Amino acid sequence: MPLLSVTDLRTYFHTRNGLYRAVDGVSFSVDRGETLGIVGESGSGKSVTCYSIMGLIPQPPGRIESGSAMFDGVDLLRCSPATARSIRGKRISMIFQDPMTSLNPYLRISEQLIEPLMIHETLSKKEALGRALEMMEAVGINDGARRIHYYPHEFSGGMRQRVMIAMALITRPELLIADEPTTALDVTVQAQILDLIRTLQRDLGMAVIFVTHDLGVVAGLCDQVQVMYGGRVMETAGARAIFNAPQHPYTQALQRSIPALQPKGQELFTIPGLPPDVSKEITGCAFAPRCSFAADLCRASRPEIVESQPGHSHACIRARRGEINVAEHCSPENYD
Amino acid sequence: MTENILELRDVRTHFPIFTGFLVKKQTGSVKAVDGVTLSVRQGEVLGLVGESGCGKSTLARTILQLVPTTGGMVVLNGRNLGEASREEMQLCRRDLQMIFQDPYASLNPRMTVFAALAEPLLVHGICGKSEVQSHVEELMKLVGLAPRFARKYPHEFSGGQRQRIAIARALALKPKVIVADEPVSALDVSIQAQILNLLSELCTGMNLTLIFIAHDLSVVRHISDRVAVMYLGKIVELGPALDVIDRPSHPYTKALVSAIPVPNPDIERTRKRIVLAGDPPSPIDPPEGCAFHPRCPHAVDRCRQAVPPLVAAGPGREAACIRLGEIS
Ligand SMILES: Nc1ncnc2c1ncn2[C@@H]1O[C@H](COP(=O)(O)OP(=O)(O)OP(=O)(O)O)[C@@H](O)[C@H]1O
Ligand SMILES: Nc1ncnc2c1ncn2[C@@H]1O[C@H](COP(=O)(O)OP(=O)(O)OP(=O)(O)O)[C@@H](O)[C@H]1O
Ligand SMILES: [Mg+2]
Ligand SMILES: [Mg+2]
Repeated sequence: MPLLSVTDLRTYFHTRNGLYRAVDGVSFSVDRGETLGIVGESGSGKSVTCYSIMGLIPQPPGRIESGSAMFDGVDLLRCSPATARSIRGKRISMIFQDPMTSLNPYLRISEQLIEPLMIHETLSKKEALGRALEMMEAVGINDGARRIHYYPHEFSGGMRQRVMIAMALITRPELLIADEPTTALDVTVQAQILDLIRTLQRDLGMAVIFVTHDLGVVAGLCDQVQVMYGGRVMETAGARAIFNAPQHPYTQALQRSIPALQPKGQELFTIPGLPPDVSKEITGCAFAPRCSFAADLCRASRPEIVESQPGHSHACIRARRGEINVAEHCSPENYD
Repeated sequence: MTENILELRDVRTHFPIFTGFLVKKQTGSVKAVDGVTLSVRQGEVLGLVGESGCGKSTLARTILQLVPTTGGMVVLNGRNLGEASREEMQLCRRDLQMIFQDPYASLNPRMTVFAALAEPLLVHGICGKSEVQSHVEELMKLVGLAPRFARKYPHEFSGGQRQRIAIARALALKPKVIVADEPVSALDVSIQAQILNLLSELCTGMNLTLIFIAHDLSVVRHISDRVAVMYLGKIVELGPALDVIDRPSHPYTKALVSAIPVPNPDIERTRKRIVLAGDPPSPIDPPEGCAFHPRCPHAVDRCRQAVPPLVAAGPGREAACIRLGEIS
């Protein structure tokens, strides 16, 4: 049984300007110890998916219209607030793109680190501080005994991100949700943080949901990859299959837009058109308006996401009918 | 023979640090740009890369004379900008334009696209009132915006379209040099590619010189002819883009290149990475000698003693490391 299994999640925002279908029927699951990557362009619903699981959707304007998120037998979207509290923040933790959104600027790091321990575990303050120091060391902050008493602004961006990871991991969660934790960082610091997540995951055996728009990060970190577009899942597969044998035209287009994979001196490949407007009802495939393979049937009705091979699902009708094969247009060997 | 349109000679830009509540006293300085010498050829695309805080934006603002320089000179078309009179500077401004990371912040939210593009044309007397309409339309077409959008405001556009407006505005005065400070960093990959294509096309078509600042090396590799790598206010490596990024010679460039995740699971999972320890040091109190030595896997005692100069490191290449021969 998977550790987390999300089924048909729909999270809409009812605003004065209309109805935003931010997440529109998303299903996926994560096994213990597994890393799931969620990729997609800005606005594709990656963060809203994570926030829905964590109970962080502002309601109103947000509303979870349907779906379930079963975590070890408990539906996080329907359980009692007390049950939810005993899971979120302890067995599931989240780290955010901007560390300052989850660090309190007026509290010393020590206070913030021990807070989840004091809430979820019956530890004395001294024991909790001991655990906090261990965690500082684990995330590679030297001189922890002194620096644990710093305020957030006394750390650099990379260090703050480490503090946040320490905070998320201090309760030894079974699932870590990381929403673009390295996007704001330099590549050198990103490499350190990714190494850290990899090591801690191995040592603690936790599952990770890693949100990013960087396919390079996905390649090195994730077992399973889910590609989102317009609030829907376009394709899910193992990392190697996503890169070497994608089935959905959007996955292929996303890959072809990576500058590193394109020969220098030639015009870069671009996806024509504009990202989808989720405030408009989309009847067919969300990607159809920009898809070079789209046919009438793609616009007629919403394609289901169906497993084409074990562990590989996609939502392209034409690929399923064998009318197109996008994988042959993808050649990662071209990397120079 | 193409000549150098822009020359930086030992340029330094330091920001004073004041402490004290009633009596302010200068107690130090941030050496944001600290001795940069660089020649840029007409029509060339020069990429400028380096970690956050290494001084890329300050160097850009120094070139545009938007911050006072502490030392050295910026020479545009043979004219030392530091000594230019106001009138001369006004003329130089036409030749030298800047594009910023956040097009939203650099466009006036209360100005329509038409007004934003007409303003520089009229202020600098590029055309009379009667021709403004056609000039603006031409500019919009140049950057791939339909002229029917002329009466819209910046907030009515997507990020990529706003960056197109900012580029059109920079092009209005037919500049010779454009300094673009992270022009695509805030955009999604698919939109990034459109803007990069546009910039490349404009450079070739108009023989524009472009200084392209970014922290994404694969983007810089794609668009640039040459690349300069900065570390703590100094250039540590310079050379043709493909050489520098595919075969870096300075240990810092090596680490930087090695940190880029490769979008291929088979390579990414097996390749050897150089993971640097620690954060970049502070430009207030840079390390003695080579500023990179505390993080450098090859550092020896000699590296702590003197600041290494940029020396020849292959055809058209330079690097600032005294151990180049020993570590390659
Ligand atoms: N509080 C809100 N009110 C209204 N709409 C919202 C709200 N939060 C998110 N949305 C909408 O939901 C959609 C999905 O947003 P989400 O933040 O999940 O995207 P994302 O994939 O995480 O993008 P990014 O890569 O930019 O972080 C967007 O269209 C966004 O405008
Ligand atoms: N006006 C200023 N006053 C004082 N210090 C400044 C000022 N502007 C920049 N600095 C400092 O100068 C150094 C270089 O900053 P700069 O913005 O040029 O870096 P950058 O390479 O553009 O970084 P990023 O990639 O984050 O944009 C930093 O330490 C910064 O804090
Ligand atoms: Mg997000
Ligand atoms: Mg900058």
